Amino acid sequence: MTDTMAFWIVQGLHGLQFSMLLFLLSVGLTVIFGLLHFVNLAHGALYALGAFVSFSAVKLTGSYWAGFLLAPVAVAIAGMLLYLGLIKRMRNAGPMNQVLITFGLIFVFLDIFRIFWGDIALGVEEPALFSGPIEFWGIKYSAYRLFVIGLGIFVLGVLHLILSRTQIGAMIRAGVDNEHMAACLGINVEKVFFIVFCVGCALAGLAGAVAAPILSVYPGMGTEILIPALIVVVIGGLGSLKGAMAGSLLVGFIQTFGAVIAPQIASVLVYVLLAGVLIFRPAGLFPARS
Amino acid sequence: MFEKLKPLSVRATLAACVMAAGVGGVNAGETKVGLLLPYVGVYAALGNEIDAGFTLALEESGMAGDFVIVREDTEVKPPVGLAKARKLVLEDEVDVIVGIVSSGVLGAVRDFVDGAQVPLIVANAGNNDATGSRCSKYVARVSFSNAQINRPMGQWLYDSGVRTAYTMASDYAAGHQTMAAFSEAFIAAGGEIVGAEFTPFGKTKDFGPYLSKASAAKPDAIYVFYAGGEAISFVKQYASLGIKGDIPLYGSGFLTSPLYVAAEGPAAEGVVTGAHYAPTLDIPENNAFKAAFIAKTGKAPSEFAVQGYDAGRVLVEAVKSGASGREAIATAMSKVAYTGPRGALSIDPATNNVVQNIYVYETVAGDNGLTQKLIGQIDNVADAVNGCQF
Repeated sequence: MTDTMAFWIVQGLHGLQFSMLLFLLSVGLTVIFGLLHFVNLAHGALYALGAFVSFSAVKLTGSYWAGFLLAPVAVAIAGMLLYLGLIKRMRNAGPMNQVLITFGLIFVFLDIFRIFWGDIALGVEEPALFSGPIEFWGIKYSAYRLFVIGLGIFVLGVLHLILSRTQIGAMIRAGVDNEHMAACLGINVEKVFFIVFCVGCALAGLAGAVAAPILSVYPGMGTEILIPALIVVVIGGLGSLKGAMAGSLLVGFIQTFGAVIAPQIASVLVYVLLAGVLIFRPAGLFPARS
Repeated sequence: MFEKLKPLSVRATLAACVMAAGVGGVNAGETKVGLLLPYVGVYAALGNEIDAGFTLALEESGMAGDFVIVREDTEVKPPVGLAKARKLVLEDEVDVIVGIVSSGVLGAVRDFVDGAQVPLIVANAGNNDATGSRCSKYVARVSFSNAQINRPMGQWLYDSGVRTAYTMASDYAAGHQTMAAFSEAFIAAGGEIVGAEFTPFGKTKDFGPYLSKASAAKPDAIYVFYAGGEAISFVKQYASLGIKGDIPLYGSGFLTSPLYVAAEGPAAEGVVTGAHYAPTLDIPENNAFKAAFIAKTGKAPSEFAVQGYDAGRVLVEAVKSGASGREAIATAMSKVAYTGPRGALSIDPATNNVVQNIYVYETVAGDNGLTQKLIGQIDNVADAVNGCQF
């Protein structure tokens, strides 16, 4: 294999890895958007919470996998409390109030992180199983990043199976399509919403735990990833699994290859894509509701 | 947001009361100090380190009773920093301002303190211009300038056998000044820069694409400027992608600052950086300082704590020389020279920037986590005048 080919394959893997991280984060956001019509700006903060919980779990037990398992559970519980305490009441309060309250939550979380984990950025070690680089076909690449890619594809597969092949999947699809009709057919829409919200939060927590060994863990990490995640949701189309994947891949690859080919304009490219989609496909590339 | 401030200011007030009582009430010769630091936001940890170092210097001198400290929070925002500086000068009527972490805040405050003729002792912000084209008789810097740390590294890298280098830095003033100084010195020594990259500051999470590009250029070394969270991500990704095995990593000391190097873990082992301070520097002044700092705060000092300490020390030395009041302190502070935790240190009368040694150290595994192994030292590094006129 030539050096040039190896170079582009490695950059492709970078793009894929970043896309999978975005996918884990945005899939929860988009389904909550699509199903509950709820704009949860605090989703990024839940991602950061996942990373912090994972940091503490790893520190206490010495094992990466403790954080990997505990973070989604802890964030799902946090999401559950949020849902019962705030979001349920705000379900019919209109988008402006929802945006304001979840925007406020971002700052509440920021200060919680500062109080409990401090201002200095923290780090989590890669698990021993996937630590360091591995070599294949003359290419050297991070084993952990390959694990992230694999995990993203696995989660996509599982979610696809659940949505297309199970009863709860059918209920969710019905709820996204027409909430009132689904309720008339005897589906407990509130319960479906609750489950979806918790699963979305758990995935955000998982994304945080998975991102922690690659990126550093600090209070502002959730706010910084929120914008790319929102762009993914808008590009892909609200409430759609396929859209979340397509949006993640587009944003991930544009950012990666933009940084390699045209670093001067790399940060603008994603916004150009966003503007283009909003003009030509305002509902996103794969809207759940047609 | 006030939780962070309150204990500090309460403690400070109490300490000031106790001290004042100790010397029998407020005396006429006391100096009022405005401590202008970030206590919230991304640089809060730095502000707290500098604060602890500064108060240690005053306590250690036995003259703590001669100083009254007023603390203000810049929130790392230039307009807030300026408003707080105005408040310190006009309302609290301080004799001297100490602190400032961000060069942005320094840029906003500089003209005001210069016009108001209030001495300012800068304890971090490294922008070259502050002691170059925009220097002031009233602004002295005890920390470093971006060029000061990195210029000697250009020659040092060449002398240690590196012929081609690839540079990477955060895309803001500090990154550009760092790389300009390093590259100029490295090329002058005979080296070649085979590629340079500036990554979006605060927005780059994945350095993978940039790192793979650097690796493909096959340089002898990669030289970078990253600090804080970006430094942690960068070093870990550099190791995880396997570039560590092929191309050695060098940089300015903030890449592996003792403040957060533990978060980088084994990935940081073998990284070589140049800095104005290394905790393992084995001289009596540093050993005494480390012991005192650990006794006071329970943790080892970083370069930021030392900068705070030296800001306090320069002030103490100026007052000891008989200076009292704004004008006298401003004149006296540019004449200060002593041997402190980072070795011989003086203020350059031509620029008001610090003259100090630059230490090259390798981050290695020690008994209690990572530690610094000194492998080089460049003595008495002073910046050129760079258009400074008082």
